[in-house]
This record gives sequence, structure tokens and C-alpha cells, in this order.
Amino acid sequence: MEIFGVPSALLGSQLLVGLINGSFYAILSLGLAIIFGLLNIINFAHGAQYMMGAFVAWIALTKFGINYWVSLLLAPIVIGALGVVLERTMLRKLYKLDHLYGLLLTFGLALIFEGLFRDQYGISGQSYEVPELLQGGVNLGFMFMPIYRAWIVVAALTVCFGTWFMIEKTKLGAYLRAGTENPQIVQALGINVPLLITFTYGYGVALAAFAGVLAAPVYQVNPLMGSNLIIVVFAVVVIGGMGSIMGSIVTGLGLGLIEGLTRVFYPEGSAVVVFIIMVIVLLVRPAGLFGKAV
Amino acid sequence: MQIKKLTTLACATAFATLSGAANAQISGNTVKVGVLTDLSGTYSDLAGAGAVLATQMAIDDFIAEAKPAFKVEMVSADHQNKADIASNKAREWFEREGVDAATELVTTSTALAVMKVAKEMNRIALMSGPASTPITNEQCNDVTVHYTYDTYALANGTARAVTKQGGKTWFFLTADYAFGQALEKDSSAVVTATGGKVLGSVRHPFPASDFSSFLLQAQASGAQIIGLANAGADTTNAIKQAAEFGITPKQSLAGLLMFISDVHSLGLKNTQGMYLTTGFYWDRDDATRAWSKRFFDKQKRMPTMVQAGQYSSVLHYLRAVDAAGSDDSAKVMAQMKKTPINDFFAKNGQIRDDGRMVHDMYLVQVKKPEESKYPWDYYHVRQTIPAAEAFQPLSESRCPLIKK
Repeated sequence: MEIFGVPSALLGSQLLVGLINGSFYAILSLGLAIIFGLLNIINFAHGAQYMMGAFVAWIALTKFGINYWVSLLLAPIVIGALGVVLERTMLRKLYKLDHLYGLLLTFGLALIFEGLFRDQYGISGQSYEVPELLQGGVNLGFMFMPIYRAWIVVAALTVCFGTWFMIEKTKLGAYLRAGTENPQIVQALGINVPLLITFTYGYGVALAAFAGVLAAPVYQVNPLMGSNLIIVVFAVVVIGGMGSIMGSIVTGLGLGLIEGLTRVFYPEGSAVVVFIIMVIVLLVRPAGLFGKAV
Repeated sequence: MQIKKLTTLACATAFATLSGAANAQISGNTVKVGVLTDLSGTYSDLAGAGAVLATQMAIDDFIAEAKPAFKVEMVSADHQNKADIASNKAREWFEREGVDAATELVTTSTALAVMKVAKEMNRIALMSGPASTPITNEQCNDVTVHYTYDTYALANGTARAVTKQGGKTWFFLTADYAFGQALEKDSSAVVTATGGKVLGSVRHPFPASDFSSFLLQAQASGAQIIGLANAGADTTNAIKQAAEFGITPKQSLAGLLMFISDVHSLGLKNTQGMYLTTGFYWDRDDATRAWSKRFFDKQKRMPTMVQAGQYSSVLHYLRAVDAAGSDDSAKVMAQMKKTPINDFFAKNGQIRDDGRMVHDMYLVQVKKPEESKYPWDYYHVRQTIPAAEAFQPLSESRCPLIKK
């Protein structure tokens, strides 16, 4: 059977692959959206933090023999802690200034991180093997599905919806949201707002590192792996609506699917399709698909 | 008193004139070599700091062997794989810093930009890193040498060998820019000429990180061979993901441009059995090993063909300056072209009038992990492709300098 001249089996597999890439977009744009929503910082270091997450996993495995499953927890903690330090020592000073300052600072940090890793490990990248439990694949009839890729979707979506639940449905999340709306009043009610904000930045960064560990076995672990991805992820956040939690998850997945389809029908355009959509969305709904107009 | 002063002055003047005359042919009594390369981006492992080191080694070796009367200096800069940065830097070097030759120039777009500036300023461009054939065809000029390899030689080596061994149907995964398209075009021609058939191709954006969509299309084509007309991280990611999706070993991959740094980074498990064409392999004979060990001691990595070619080209250039007794571009180019190149890199290498340096190329196969006995023991050399067959013959040349 063919759909628009493309065999349906190929189309099905492309949609599935799109969903996998969409999971990466979702988890990365979620971290960005949280940081922007609660801190008003455009975190340009997100790609570098994703890369460092992958490197922590690789270093842990090759130097210390620490396996993938431990790294999945360890890398977000290590990189998240680094995020906490950055927030306490640098970002904190910028909250009252224009967005642009935060963007410039984090962009500079990203360049420094990438430069340090490039200097140490070169550019060709390092190989990280798929963990034994998730090796191999299943034949779905229309395609061979590597088990590891399925795991990416499951893990990413679990973390995404867990995060959404925590922010939208729990008391901690309510404090967070209130703290950004009106920090003075929340502070007056006895809640430590600066601590909440530090925690939030650390968590956003930890999400990036988590995505990095997920990506390590699929892509070569290399110092520029984040910079290639981050621009697309920013577009996803803009399309979803800056700061919208659910918006970033849904948009991430949706754009992954659209990109997958573009790769079948017009592969040359697959690198720009996200940006074309961004332009259209900005023209029609400047606040993004899920954003609230200010 | 007055007379004595005058005599001294006259002597000094005479001396200055004499010593000046001895080196009148070398401007400023200094030969300056500029290394313009990718020091920070996607090609910095295969060229980059290693190419700078190779240049310094060539200069040191030249000074030790020739004890020249002139000084030799090196400058280096990062062109970031951008044509505008490369041509601005080259112009600054030629105009203000007295650089005699711009060298290395990985990435075709930067190479094409710099060779134009070199022609305009009448300086020399020595190219070890870039791959595309237009450098010695449509865009050729008389101050450029294309030294190490090109897309024609790669296609001619790898695509021919693989097709002859029974890989009759091909599908190309092509990086969507000048280099990828040139590589696909050259390879398709070889496949068809050798009795194979090209079933199709897909152009992927450059750079890309996820290749699964493109690989699934290659899989659906049913071709025996998936030709990777890309380079660097694109190639390594595609190879890794082909294994993940169970495409290899049912279908085979042919890496049309792979460097030893790519094999090193992917590991033998992911690359075993692949054929590739290279201008240099460190472990080929005693001379290559001796030089590569020296390189390794400083760089902690074995040299790629680009880095080895860089050493050879700079040494050949300096020897030509010495022999010609001049750094005038026309004289040095004439000297370089008339002297055959004999060192660890090339045996009877020859620079043709189109600027192409022709030398033997090597078809190698990546070893299985259990066959690798020591670090960087990666290749079986399966075939030496003689210089006369490895490169595009002058009869097919599209270079205006070649009179037919």
C-alpha cells in the first residue's frame, strides 16, 4: 500500500523515528521552558549541559566502570549541581536585568564548556555502547525497532509527564508558580524563594544532562553534540510558547513527527521545516501555540 | 679622523650590499609558511593542531638537513571552515605579514576562496585537507598544489573495489553541500562504469545528528551497498546508527571519505570489514612508522593522511625554495613541479600542471577487533593503487591550464 507515492511501511517507520527524536526535543525544551518560566533566563548553555551529561556517562563508564543505569541518575546530579553553583554565583545577579544579559552569560558559558571538552577530548567523539539489557531490537513487521530507541521514548515521556505533574499538581509546584508570580508575598508567607529558584535551575539543567545520557549510546559523544541540537530546541520552545510546560512537551513530540515526515517527502528541507513552522506560528500566534498573550 | 669615519662607513655599506645580494632572492631573508586550518570545528581532529605540528616538524627537519641561509617561520590560524574568514586571513597574511605560502586549507569552500587570493597576490597555496576535484579542474590555477587526495581518487578506489567484489547495487547517503554532491557524482560514475547500478540517493542536511530516517530509506531501497558521501561526525553517526537499526550487516556500508581518526573514534567493532581509500597509513612500512612515531610522541594520536600530507607538502615546498634560491612563486612552483617527491609519504610523487600531486593511493580494509594487536593497528592494506590510475587522468581534465 502506498500513501502519496510512499510505501506505508516506510511512512510508519518514519513516524516512529520522528517520535523518538520528538522525545529528545520534548525533554530538552521542557528544561528550557521551566528555566525561562520561573527564572526569566534564556538558558543558552542548555546544549552544553546536555553534552556534559553525555560526557559524564562516558567518563563514568570508561574511567570508573560505572554502568549506564547508575549514570542515568549520576549525570543529572553532577551536572545539576554544577547548575546550582552557576545560579548561586552568576545568574542570580542578572534577574533584575534584561533577558539579554542572561542569554549572553549562558551563551558565553556554553562556548567555554564546549571549548574545554574539545581541548580535552578532541572533536571526533567517543563511542558509548548500548547497555546490555537494551541491546537488539524487535521486528515490528514494517520496521526493525531497536529496543534502545523504544526505551528513549518511554524514559523521556515518563520524566516529562512526571515533571509536568510535579509543577502543575503538587504543593511544591504551587510554591514555585506562586514564587514567580509574586516573590515578595510568597517570601512573606515564610517560603524561601531564592532556594526554590536555585532548585529550579538545577532541575532544568539536570533534565538536559538526563537527555544527554539517553543520547550517549545513539550518537557519538562529542563536544559539539549540543550546539547542533540547541537551536532547534529553542525553536520548539518558541513554537510551544515560552515558559509553557505542557506546550513544550506536546510541541516537541509534534515537531519530531513533522520533521520525520519531511525527511521522507523532501529530505533537503528537514533542517529548516521547524523554523518555517516557527515563522508561521509567530505571525499567527505571537505568544506561541500554548503561550498566554501578555 | 674624517677619512677614517668615511672608510668605516664605506666598508659598512659595502658589507650591507654584499650580504644583501647573497639573499636578494628571498624577501626579508625569511620564508614564512601559514597554516590555515580548522582548529576548533568538525575537522579539527583530522587536520587542526596535528597539521600545525606536522608543519613545524617539516620546518625543523628542513633546517636540520639544509642549514639554509634564510630563516623559516610559521604562523597558524583557525579558519572555522568559513570561506570569508579564510580569504580575509590569507589576504592579511600575504599583504601585511609577508607569508609566502598558505597551507593545509581543509574544507573545499575555504580552499577555493584562498586559492583565488593566492593567485591575485601571486603567492602559493598548498592544499592537504580539502577533497573536491574542482580545485584542479574548473577552478585550477598555477599557484595551487592539491596534495593529499581528492574525491575522484576516493571514489575510484573505494567504489571500484566494492563494486568489483560484488556490491552491484548502490544507494547514496549524501551530505547536502558541494563536497557531498561531488563525492556522490564521482562515485556514481565509477559504480556505473564498473557494471554496478545506482538505485537512488537521499540528501541529508549538513551537519545532521540523527540518520535513522535516511538510513531507513536506504534500507527500503534494498541496495546491497549504502555509500556514505559525507565526512566527519556525519559519517561516524551514520555508521553507528546503521548497526543499531540492524541495517548492517545485511546491507554493507561504504565510507567514501573516512580518516583514521573516524575509525579510532568509532572503534573496530563498529567499522570492521569496511573498505576505504587513503593516501597514507602510518603502519605501512618502516619509513611511515618512524615518522608517525615521532608525530605520536608529541600529539598522542597517530597522524591522518591530511597531517602526513601536510608535512610532505611543506618539506617539498621548502626544499624547492632552497633549490631555486628564491621565494618567487613562479620559480618555486617550477622547481616543485620538476622535482619528483620521494619521502615516507609519496614515492615518485609528481605535481602536474593542473596542480594535482599524483602519488600512490591505498585501498585498505578495517581489521576485526581480534586482528588488532596494538594501539592504532586498524587497517589491512589490500591494494596499492598506482599513481597513474589513482587520480583523474589529464585527458579528462577540465582545467584551462591543460592544453589538449
